[in-house]
Amino acid sequence: MKFAFTEDQLLFRDTVRDFLAAECGPAQVRECAAGEGRSPARWAKLVEMGLTGLTVPEAQGGLGLSLVDGVLIVEEAGRAALPEPLVDQIAIAAPLLAAFADRTDVAEILAGIAAGTVKLAAGHPLDPFVADAGDADYLLLGREDALHLVPRGRVTVTAEVSVDPLRRIAAVDWTPGNDTLLSADPAILDRMLDLGGLAAAAQGLGLAQTMVDLAADYARTRQQFGKAIGSFQAVKHHLATVQVAIEFARAPVYKAAFTLAPRDISHARVAVIDAAAAAARTAIQVFGAMGYTYEVDLHFFMKRAWALAGVWGDRHYHLARLSRMVLSDDAALGADGTFADK
Amino acid sequence: MDLQYTPKQQAFRAEVRAWMAAHVPQRRLKSYDTAEGFEEHRAWERVLNSGRFGMVTWPEALGGRGADLIEWLIFEEEYYRAGAPGRVNQNGIFLLGPTLMEYGTAEQKARFLPRMAAGDDIWAQGWSEPGAGSDMAAIRTKAIRDGDHYVINGQKTWSTRAVFADWCFGLFRTDPESSRHHGMSFILVPLDTPGITRRPIPQLDGEPGFAELFFDDVRVPVGNRLGDEGQGWNIAMATAGFERGLMLRSPARFQETAKRLVQLYRRHEARVSPGVRDLVLKAWMDAEAYALNTYMTASRLIAGGKIGQEASLNKIFWSELDRSMHETALSILGARGELLASGLDEADDITRWLKGFLFSLAGPIYAGANEIQRNIIAERLLNLPR
Repeated sequence: MKFAFTEDQLLFRDTVRDFLAAECGPAQVRECAAGEGRSPARWAKLVEMGLTGLTVPEAQGGLGLSLVDGVLIVEEAGRAALPEPLVDQIAIAAPLLAAFADRTDVAEILAGIAAGTVKLAAGHPLDPFVADAGDADYLLLGREDALHLVPRGRVTVTAEVSVDPLRRIAAVDWTPGNDTLLSADPAILDRMLDLGGLAAAAQGLGLAQTMVDLAADYARTRQQFGKAIGSFQAVKHHLATVQVAIEFARAPVYKAAFTLAPRDISHARVAVIDAAAAAARTAIQVFGAMGYTYEVDLHFFMKRAWALAGVWGDRHYHLARLSRMVLSDDAALGADGTFADK
Repeated sequence: MDLQYTPKQQAFRAEVRAWMAAHVPQRRLKSYDTAEGFEEHRAWERVLNSGRFGMVTWPEALGGRGADLIEWLIFEEEYYRAGAPGRVNQNGIFLLGPTLMEYGTAEQKARFLPRMAAGDDIWAQGWSEPGAGSDMAAIRTKAIRDGDHYVINGQKTWSTRAVFADWCFGLFRTDPESSRHHGMSFILVPLDTPGITRRPIPQLDGEPGFAELFFDDVRVPVGNRLGDEGQGWNIAMATAGFERGLMLRSPARFQETAKRLVQLYRRHEARVSPGVRDLVLKAWMDAEAYALNTYMTASRLIAGGKIGQEASLNKIFWSELDRSMHETALSILGARGELLASGLDEADDITRWLKGFLFSLAGPIYAGANEIQRNIIAERLLNLPR
């Protein structure tokens, strides 16, 4: 029993954090939102660092790492509100496709993800829209318990506008065919949802921490009544309460990345949805009227958190699923059930 | 990351489970906040010690098993799973014990720890004073050096089970000219020393669970001082860290409460409003989260890390979780929730929820009020100005 990341994993996380701090700071996110919405230059650097191939098997030119490695990187992508669709490649597409790497076409796609030449988008039937569908080369789409791998040319994409100016969402119209079928395993779409849920949860952790950090920065400098507003207990206690919620959402996310068990993913998902919502609500309050403007960077992170709260199974979905597992006759309750699932 | 127990850990769990099944009293002991219950619990401490389960993390020479923190968590899980009695000596074993290990002389360790593990000495705390609660640096009780003794004068309060305990450890002002956190020393005082008057304070449930202590020219040997003279504040902060952190509130007790809450909800599911389900799920999730967080901390400490300000995060989390679980339980129980005792079979469980609720209200207050913890988080973790 060792619930800890290795030195290497933490070092890699720090490298990515430093890279994103330099290349994807709030000012660059703002610039991106005002321009094209995506930065090809930044994407090229992410590819160069090997990040797109993080979870692609080594046989296909990836780093062959697990989601325990991946979860820390996804958290960093959330922390930076990274606009480019890195998370969907490393936390959803590659882990799903890796099981089918013995198919030549799938192996080529995996190699393309690692090389940065192929992008995938993923959409679960629970969700009405697919993120980054328009720019994708292939889409992973579910229909009637089956997972399909669909070339971009076989779908019709109708762009919609997200509250998050950096999320590109679209309705996707498509017809499944035998040639698009990837897997008819009845569990495959649940696995897809679990991967998406984990990815959303890990991003939410990072987003929540950034919102608290931005609010704390502001509270240190903004003066009222002759002193920094961060010296007032009302402000301190608001932020401390959110920090508690973030810290106690963290371990469930990391455990879920290790087990990929539905119960753990739903727990992580609900805990992060609540922590990130509290972070957004609190941060805007600390910023006061400034928080209600487009001028302050906070809103990019709030909006990402709001958008991610609803996708890959929303709070109601995951609570209902949890209730079936926790409130059932055969539920493993109590302390000896905590690590019983793997 | 490896989230599986090793064969050795599994074997340890099996050993604890078997031992608990054979030794945990069949009948619930009387409250340890009463004279009779206190002695029943002391007897239980002796039984635990006879199985070398008094404090498994301590070295074998001191009555322990040299267990690491993961094994300690496993022990606690089995302890609560078995429904074993509360630890009447928790102030000793969980707070003073680790403090003695770090700051005590070899002589002090040998003198106090084995008797503590055996339940021969039950310890109370002597920290708060009428004018020094959250503001602990306002302590005024003096311990003035007189040859090889300190002479203590003043008053301590909120001293848990001090009416029945054998010793107390506390913070006393050894430099009468000093103020705030300077000039204090950490001193161990036998509670039967002449000059000490103990006045029981009935707590919310009516039982004398804590006491005021009056010191009138109480003479204590200098050898009872822990650490250097004037170093008391730093030692007390270390002890407070243990209290807020890992040791005092192990996750197993909250997971056991969450489990009971799930069971209670399922018995009453048909008649409570649908929203209660989410409260019950939240209780389960939070108890799990606390456990997972503790496993992460334990793993970090085993690898050589130190416990820091996260102790304040923990304290807020478990105390508010405990209160909210009991509130939910009482809301499910409805009109039966006021049942403190009766001959009905179900009364025992209801009484447990009710007494647990009353006790849970103290959680956000003791061990440093949650407002103080929020200040610590804001100032030391988020770097907000004082």
